[in-house]
Amino acid sequence: MGEFEVHRVRFFGLVPAGVRCLACQPRGGRLALARTDGAVEVYNFAANYFQEKVIPGHEARSVEALCWAAGDRLFGAGLSGDITEYDLALLCAARSVDGCGGPIWSMAANSSGTQLAIGCEDGSVKLFQVVPGGIQFERNLDRRKGRILCLSWHPSDTHIAAGSIDFLRVFDVCSGQTVQRIMVNYHVLKVRRECIVWSIAFLSSGTVITSDSFGRVQFWDWQRGTLMESHTVSTSAVLSLAVSEKEDSIIVGTSTGATYQFQLLPVKMGSLEKRWVRTKPFQHHTHDVRAVAHSSTALISGGLDAQLVIRPLMEKMQKKGYDAALRKFTFPHRRLVSCARKARLLLFQFSQHLELWRLGSTDETGKDGEVLPLCRMPEHLVQLKSKGPEHIYCSCVSPCGGWVAYSTASRFHLYRVQYEGDGVSIKKVPKVPKLLLPAYQLQFSSDSGSLFVASARGSVHVLQLLEPGGCKHLHTFRPPSGSPEAVYLLASSADGHWLAAVGGDWAIHIYDLKCFKHHCTVPTYSCAVTALAIHPVTNNLVITYSDQQLFEFSIPEKQYTAWSRMVQSCGLHRVWLERDSPITHITFNPKNPSHILLHDIYMFCVLDKSLPLPDNSALLMNQSTLKQLPETARQRQLHAFKICKKFQPLLFADLLDENCLVMVERPIMDIKTQLPLPIQQKKFGT
Amino acid sequence: MAALCESFTLCGLGPSGGVGLGGGLLALEPGPDPDHVLLTDRGRTATLFKVSDQKPLGCWSVKHGQIITCPVVCNFETHEYIAVHDDKVLRIWKNKDINLDKVFKATLSADVYRIHSLPNGGPVVLFKGGGVRTLDVLLEAPQQEIENVISDEVIKWSEAFMEGQQPVLIFTTEKDGDFFVYVQKLKMNSLHRYKLEQQESSKPLSFTAYIKNQIITLLCLYSNDSVYKVLIPLQQNTEEEEQILSKSLLLNLSVSGSVLKGTSFVVLDKDHVAVLGSLAASGEESKECLTIWNTKFQTLQTSKELPLGTSGQLWCYEEKFFFTHGKVLTVIMYKCETSSLAAAVGKLKDSQTPDVSSFVNWNTLGDEELVVSLQSQQSVALKSESKMTLRSKRNTVAKVQPDTLSVGQLLLNLKDASTTAFEDELRQLMSKAQMPDFQATIGCVITALINRCKTNPKYYPRNFLLQIVQTRDLSYSLCPDLMAVALEKKDVHLLQICLQRFPDIPEEITYACLKVFLISEAYLQGIDVNLESVICYIDIEFNNKEVKTEIVENGFNVELEQDIWDTKITKETHLMSDGEFCPVGPQKAALLNAVLHSAYSETFLLPHLKNLPAQQAVLFLRYLYYLYVKCSEKINTTLPGIRSPTINQIMDWMCLLLDAQFTVMVMLPEAKELLSNLHKFVRAQVRFYSELNKIEGSLRELQRLNHQKDSQTYSIEVLELI
Repeated sequence: MGEFEVHRVRFFGLVPAGVRCLACQPRGGRLALARTDGAVEVYNFAANYFQEKVIPGHEARSVEALCWAAGDRLFGAGLSGDITEYDLALLCAARSVDGCGGPIWSMAANSSGTQLAIGCEDGSVKLFQVVPGGIQFERNLDRRKGRILCLSWHPSDTHIAAGSIDFLRVFDVCSGQTVQRIMVNYHVLKVRRECIVWSIAFLSSGTVITSDSFGRVQFWDWQRGTLMESHTVSTSAVLSLAVSEKEDSIIVGTSTGATYQFQLLPVKMGSLEKRWVRTKPFQHHTHDVRAVAHSSTALISGGLDAQLVIRPLMEKMQKKGYDAALRKFTFPHRRLVSCARKARLLLFQFSQHLELWRLGSTDETGKDGEVLPLCRMPEHLVQLKSKGPEHIYCSCVSPCGGWVAYSTASRFHLYRVQYEGDGVSIKKVPKVPKLLLPAYQLQFSSDSGSLFVASARGSVHVLQLLEPGGCKHLHTFRPPSGSPEAVYLLASSADGHWLAAVGGDWAIHIYDLKCFKHHCTVPTYSCAVTALAIHPVTNNLVITYSDQQLFEFSIPEKQYTAWSRMVQSCGLHRVWLERDSPITHITFNPKNPSHILLHDIYMFCVLDKSLPLPDNSALLMNQSTLKQLPETARQRQLHAFKICKKFQPLLFADLLDENCLVMVERPIMDIKTQLPLPIQQKKFGT
Repeated sequence: MAALCESFTLCGLGPSGGVGLGGGLLALEPGPDPDHVLLTDRGRTATLFKVSDQKPLGCWSVKHGQIITCPVVCNFETHEYIAVHDDKVLRIWKNKDINLDKVFKATLSADVYRIHSLPNGGPVVLFKGGGVRTLDVLLEAPQQEIENVISDEVIKWSEAFMEGQQPVLIFTTEKDGDFFVYVQKLKMNSLHRYKLEQQESSKPLSFTAYIKNQIITLLCLYSNDSVYKVLIPLQQNTEEEEQILSKSLLLNLSVSGSVLKGTSFVVLDKDHVAVLGSLAASGEESKECLTIWNTKFQTLQTSKELPLGTSGQLWCYEEKFFFTHGKVLTVIMYKCETSSLAAAVGKLKDSQTPDVSSFVNWNTLGDEELVVSLQSQQSVALKSESKMTLRSKRNTVAKVQPDTLSVGQLLLNLKDASTTAFEDELRQLMSKAQMPDFQATIGCVITALINRCKTNPKYYPRNFLLQIVQTRDLSYSLCPDLMAVALEKKDVHLLQICLQRFPDIPEEITYACLKVFLISEAYLQGIDVNLESVICYIDIEFNNKEVKTEIVENGFNVELEQDIWDTKITKETHLMSDGEFCPVGPQKAALLNAVLHSAYSETFLLPHLKNLPAQQAVLFLRYLYYLYVKCSEKINTTLPGIRSPTINQIMDWMCLLLDAQFTVMVMLPEAKELLSNLHKFVRAQVRFYSELNKIEGSLRELQRLNHQKDSQTYSIEVLELI
């Protein structure tokens, strides 16, 4: 098919923030995750664990606890002392209430989701009523000294167990009194170390489970105040604990990065007596596992190494499929890199700054696999620091490289960048139009003449860029039937005629830029859109979904193309469908209209529509096989998917020109070196 | 490791139940359910306790003036309680009964010593005169006459077991310092009386016993601070007169200068006993304590001081000790895990280790062998005289200690017995599976057999020797003459087994075996040898030649060979089909495999191999060549089957044989073709492997390319997609 000159970029120094807490939506299909930088993410189980929503962090808003209440409302609390409710449609912090008890270490919602309990630094446990439009302080429970590090409601909502340093307490919710106080360090009196109860769970049987800094998981009878079982799982602390809904399985996470499953199993086959047995150990993390969650089919753990690991319980799996695979997420499911094709620039988005780089070049050519000598090194042109505590939502560089735009929760910035020889001058565009902020996605038109700003309630603003450095608001598109959700992906056509926008409700609207009107809506598909792009020649919209399906929709004809129908009727290759990370970017080769270039974290693929689709018996990743075959034999083996797995983990890939690619990698080892040292563990022979 | 755990008080004791010998309780018996015990004091009262709750569940007393003389036991089948008061009056009641006056009563004709209640066998009543009845039999006619079997001996201790379906009662009696053991099998109505071997200046204080594998193990705590073990086989067919039970020292209750004066003890498991007594170090006041000892390692595992004193009684039920401590009845829980070195390093595979220790006590072996060999030497030198001295010596020995015959002496005694009597006696000796120093004993037995063979050339107990060698872990050094005799008798099967089982055969003997195996072809045809090492690869059917010619692989392709030696194809195939035939029969092959498998040292074997006759050497080499070709057929170069020789063994022997017989081989015309075939075959292999070696560099380079990872942050590379 051809040779590409690949610019292999590894200087994007992204270090994802560690996972601080996890919350499974009760009886729902979502997982909320908070990171140490205050970012909150929502993963959708039904959409193949797609990272559906991201609320970027905030310097002053650490999140120590997350919980779902009143159905689908998400609350977070942290060391700032505030309880924050997140707006999952507008992807921002909706409102905050001061807990009045100093830093908040823990928060838990009762089983009906009507009340929140928070555990504060001053040793108090406070109850808040969840009311429409906010929360309301209800009462204080019996206050004693010692910060409350963890909380758990009894499933009947009558009692709350709270873990503190050296002891745990059980409160009666009605009377507010402490009805039981259990010293947890009783058995290690000789050691004068404080024992921190890191996590607690209250079972309906009256058993309280604690995990503590001595590496123990203990089961208490709260009424008698006696220890029923104690399992030492680690020499270091057990930081997190989660119980399955059926209360027959728990997962704990330790500071050595190991997680363990405990199961309530009969002592003998058929026996009624059951005991908690440590069944499965896992070592997926290298650092503290600060958060664990137990969904009905999987054990979920998040660590300070920024990994979210979803380990399905094979005994709950009916068949081998997408759900049955172990998956690890380290990187976001959206792109943080944008590329100025013509100017050969890359813009990297960090949480609070942007970096603009110019790619190097070579004047040599070579054979497959060769590394070419550089005649110019890449150059770090500009670092743009975002002022204020807010983290960046999105950013973009124009194809000509002359404009850079980014948005935070409350501010939108547009810069004019000018290149004089080797020097760069950057100028902020004053008086940007007042828009409804934040912007969730930015996209320049291919001629760099206008900027599309994805905004709340399904709307997209069109800004016209003016020389030498100005802009004006041209139009705002809104979906005809309205939508509460924010737009999170945009695509514009190369001829400047069409614009496609996807909102949180996964509906794809196509707008006509020539006459500023709504053109059509792509038939809805019940899965999250992970990437979309409009073909520069045919104006076909290519859409990838989180279930790995691939569609091609002809915008002029307002219908799926024949090729797309053919793909649907033949079905995609099994191996393609079983991949576990979503396609995050699609691009095209204008010189080869039949080619679609797409990539996910682990592979880069050129999809050649002119070739037959592989059936399940064929080898999907056949590049290395093909290379060994003689020219004549290759023809029979060719199929549409040309997959290259050489570049991993791949954060971004784009076509610079006809046969020049840019690949942005972020090797995991480079991230690991940025993390603090993990707890040293003695291994044999070391 | 055994360990004492937490303790608690079960109940306080009345004035009679105090400390000191003679005080204390009458007995503590297990209750009707787990975790229940029945306590009978030395007065009128019996109490049922739930141990874990430390709570009495029931209490029964006899009238004033009456006294309970036999501990209350529970009939596990009916959940009734049985007691005897005033020696003769039997009472049976249930849980709900309150007043013992109103419950079932039977007056017996003789004094009861004890009632033993067995979980599946019902209660058994032991009378003071030694008579035994089951309760059922007794209740049919309470006034039946009870025989007196022990005349004026006094019962000191009794215990009952279930052996299979029948209850077995064992009790010990004393009379004038002599101790007797009675074993009564109730169903068979057989009573055995044994006399306990006497011990100078000490006497048994306490007994305990357990039953395992039809053997009662009686442990006796002697006043010389030692625990002795006595084995009493239940299977005793001959009604002999009084047998004397010999005892062996199990444990010496002394640790680093201080001695434990035990008063009572219990067995915890096969390696642990608990002893209650007073620990007295020289010059210090003795302290009463409860101790757990490991009999395997002869160590004190744990102890607990009991400063308030005890009554010297100790009971143990369900992993709990019960004893009086001061004015209370104390319960201590214990843990007792099998202690072994393997357990200590975490490599214990199976807790069911065989009971027979598989190590040899060299001291005893030395002594006994010394006696035997001394005697045999004497018998050779001074034949007539030695018999005289022997007999007289035996007599004197018998006079001094008629009841303790060591194995060596027994064997000496048997020296002149008839063949059948001799073998019977030895078989009996071997069947006593739990003898101490069993290994040494077997060695002595075999030596005795061999000596007999030597003196009587017609005598050769072929099957008996085979049986011993096959079933026991023996070694050459334990019975050095065995293989020599087998060689002499040409007992190739025994030699095969010995080669397979003995780890320490001298090279001389190995060579002798090899020679015998190689020579004796015709004679081997009908002989029964173990063929498991050859059965998987040898071609028993020699007639079927078509099958053989098609296998031409030898670890590499025919094509490859053809490429290299195009001209030699015909010869090569001829060679292969030649190599296909096994030059020896399966019996001989199996025997030779046993030789190939045995351990040897080249330096010591080489001189012997030089003596091998040329014909045999060529035959052996041919067989080795055949094996080598067979091995090379498989990709993993191993022969199938159990105990089949490995390629390294084959190669080593081949080299060794060629080294030893080089000149002969070169000279011998019939060896010439064999050698040249061997040479060609090996050269082909060497070429093949050297070709592989050439590729190795390229493969490594490929691997290196694969692992080459540039740590650069930026590069421009060429990627080709097809």
